[in-house]
Amino acid sequence: MAIDYLYPEYEIVRDYDKCIACRVCERQCSNEAHWYDDGKGKMLCDNAKCVDCHRCVSLCPTHALKIVKSGHTFKENANWTGKTITEIYRQANSGGVLLSSMGNPEPFPVYWDKILLNASQVTNPSIDPLREPMETVTYLGKKPAKIERDENGRIKNNLSPTLKLSTPVMFSAMSYGSISYNAHESLARAASELGICYNTGEGGLHEDFYKYGPNTIVQVASGRFGVSKDYLNAGAAIEIKIGQGAKPGIGGHLPGIKVSEDISKTRMIPKGSDAISPAPHHDIYSIEDLRQLVYSIKEASDYKKPVIVKIAAVHNVAAIASGIARSGADIIAIDGFRGGTGAAPTRIRDSVGIPIELALASVDSRLREEGIRDDVGIVVGGSVRSAADLVKAIALGADACYIATAACLAMGCHLCRSCQAGKCNWGIATQRPDLVKRLNPDIGYKRLVNLVHAWDHEVKEIMGGMGINSIEALRGNRLMLRGIGLSSTELDILGIKHAGQ
Amino acid sequence: MKRVYVNEKWCLGCHLCEYYCTFANSGVSSMVNALKDKPLRPRIRVEEHDGISFAVSCRHCKEPLCVKGCITGALSVKNGVITVDSNKCVGCYTCILSCPYGCISPDDSGHAISKCELCTKNACGEPACVKGCPNQAIVYEDRDVTDTNKEAAV
Repeated sequence: MAIDYLYPEYEIVRDYDKCIACRVCERQCSNEAHWYDDGKGKMLCDNAKCVDCHRCVSLCPTHALKIVKSGHTFKENANWTGKTITEIYRQANSGGVLLSSMGNPEPFPVYWDKILLNASQVTNPSIDPLREPMETVTYLGKKPAKIERDENGRIKNNLSPTLKLSTPVMFSAMSYGSISYNAHESLARAASELGICYNTGEGGLHEDFYKYGPNTIVQVASGRFGVSKDYLNAGAAIEIKIGQGAKPGIGGHLPGIKVSEDISKTRMIPKGSDAISPAPHHDIYSIEDLRQLVYSIKEASDYKKPVIVKIAAVHNVAAIASGIARSGADIIAIDGFRGGTGAAPTRIRDSVGIPIELALASVDSRLREEGIRDDVGIVVGGSVRSAADLVKAIALGADACYIATAACLAMGCHLCRSCQAGKCNWGIATQRPDLVKRLNPDIGYKRLVNLVHAWDHEVKEIMGGMGINSIEALRGNRLMLRGIGLSSTELDILGIKHAGQ
Repeated sequence: MKRVYVNEKWCLGCHLCEYYCTFANSGVSSMVNALKDKPLRPRIRVEEHDGISFAVSCRHCKEPLCVKGCITGALSVKNGVITVDSNKCVGCYTCILSCPYGCISPDDSGHAISKCELCTKNACGEPACVKGCPNQAIVYEDRDVTDTNKEAAV
C-alpha cells in the first residue's frame, strides 16, 4: 500500500566514471541491491534493499561506491523524529514487535567518554613498558581471604579454581546459531593463541571445537540448549546466563530458519524448530535456587571449574550481585545496556537496563562494603570499545572485560545492525553456507589476535604512564580516574572525583 | 618453487582475481583506464557450477605439454615459470589445445597467446590474483616436496 512506502534510509552512490561493471557488488550483496542492466550496459541498484553493510564498498576494486544517508526527511520535529514516525508506520502495517540487532544505539551518556585517566609527573615515576616488565596476567575467580597453614606450618592450598587470562579480555557469549561456524572457529582459535577465553553462548558447543576447551567458557542459559555432562566438562569455566544487556528480562530467540542440520545437532533440538529460550530459568526464582544450580554444576564438573553467573545491568544490580556472590558463584559477569545481540525487541534494547559503568562501580563498591569482593571475580561487558575503556573498567573495579561487538568488528562486521535477517554479508551472523564461507577463519582469527595484542600494548602504555606495572595494582584504583562534566550524583555512584579535584 | 594454489572452500566466486589479473598485465597505471569498457582477458578464470567455485590458472607443470607442443619455441620454462615470448609466438594455438587445464588464451591481438607468468613480467611483484583475493582462496606457496623431504617421507 502507498501508505507503507518508506523512502530508503541509505543511498548507494556509484561513480560511473570509475565503475568497470565487474559486478562484484552484485555477486556479493545478499540483499540483491545491485544488478547489471544489459540494455543500458551499466550497473544499477535499489537503495531500498541496502542495509549499509559496506560489503560492496569494501570489495569494489576501483572504489566506485559509497553509501550515504539519504537526505529524505519528515517535517522537522524534535519529538516526533523520522525514526519514531517510521516505526509507527511499520507497526501499523505489521502489528508486530519491532526487532533490532546489536547494542542500544540511542544517545544516552557514554560514561567511559566522561572519565579521564591519570599519569605520573615528577613525584612518582612513570614506567616504560618497552624497557621494563609489565604484568597483565589476570586470575579470575574467588581469592582466599587468608593464608592457611597445616600443623607443620606448610601453606595449605586453599585456592578455588580460577581462570587464567594472559590479558584481562575475553570474547563474550555469542551462540553457534546466532553466529556462524567460521566466526566461532575464529574466536576459538584466537582465544587459544592469545591465552584468553571465548564463550560458546547458549547454543552448545560444536564437536569440532571441543579441542579448544582450555580456552572455552561453556554457557548454560534458560533454554539449556546443548547442555550435557560432556559439554559442562569441555570448557575451562561454566557460565549460567541469567540475563543479557541488550534484552534484560527476556531469553534468546533463534528463528527456525537458522536451525540447520549442524545447529540442530549441537543444540540437541529438531532441525528447523525455533529455539526460544524462556525468559527466566524455570528452576531459579531466588538466590537460593541459583545456589542450587551453581552447586549442581560444580558437582557435575567435580568442583574443578569456576562458575560464572552472568546478569544484565539493571536497577538493583548491586544487591543482585551481592546475592550472586553469596550463591557460591566464582565470577559475576555484568552486561551493560549497550551490549550487542543478534536480535532483540527494539523497545527493550533501547529502554531497558543501565550503563555498565554505573553498574560496575556500584557493584564493586557494594561488594567491598560487605567484605565479599574477593569472593568473586567481576567481568563486565556491554560496549567496551577500546583499551582506554578497558583500563577505565579495571580501575572502576572489574577484573576483566568481555568484548563481542569489538570482536565482530575485527572479523569484518560493519555494524549494519541487520543480524536478525540472517543474511550477513560478512559471513558472521548467518547460517547460509554461501555467506558463511565469506569469513575465512585463517583471516578472522588473525585479526582478533591482532586486536587483542594491540589493546594489550595500549593497556601497558597507559599503566606505565600511571607508574603502575601490574594490572593488580590498577584494579579498583579509582584514584586514577576523574570525571568530566558529570553531576555530583554521577560522580558519587562512580566513586570518582571531578577533574581538577 | 612457489606456485599459485586455490582452495575452493574459500572461493566466493567474486571474480575479483580476473579483474586484478587483467589490470596487472595491462601495463596501465589506473585500473579504471585499464578495464573500463574493455574486453576482459584474464589469465586466471573462475570456474563455477552448483555453488562450487574456484579459480584456475597455469599450473606451471613440471612436464608442460604446452612447451612440448610449441612449434616456434615461444614457450619455455624459466626458473620453473612457463613463460611466453610473444615475439616468437605465431598464434597457432597448439598450446591452447594441449593445455589440460584450459589455462592459455589468445591475447588481445589474437595473433599470439597469453598465459599466467606469476606476475614476473609486470610491476605487481607477486601474483595480483593472490593479493586481490578477499578471502585467501588463492595463495602463493611453496608446496613442492623436495627430494630430501621425499626420502624422509619414505
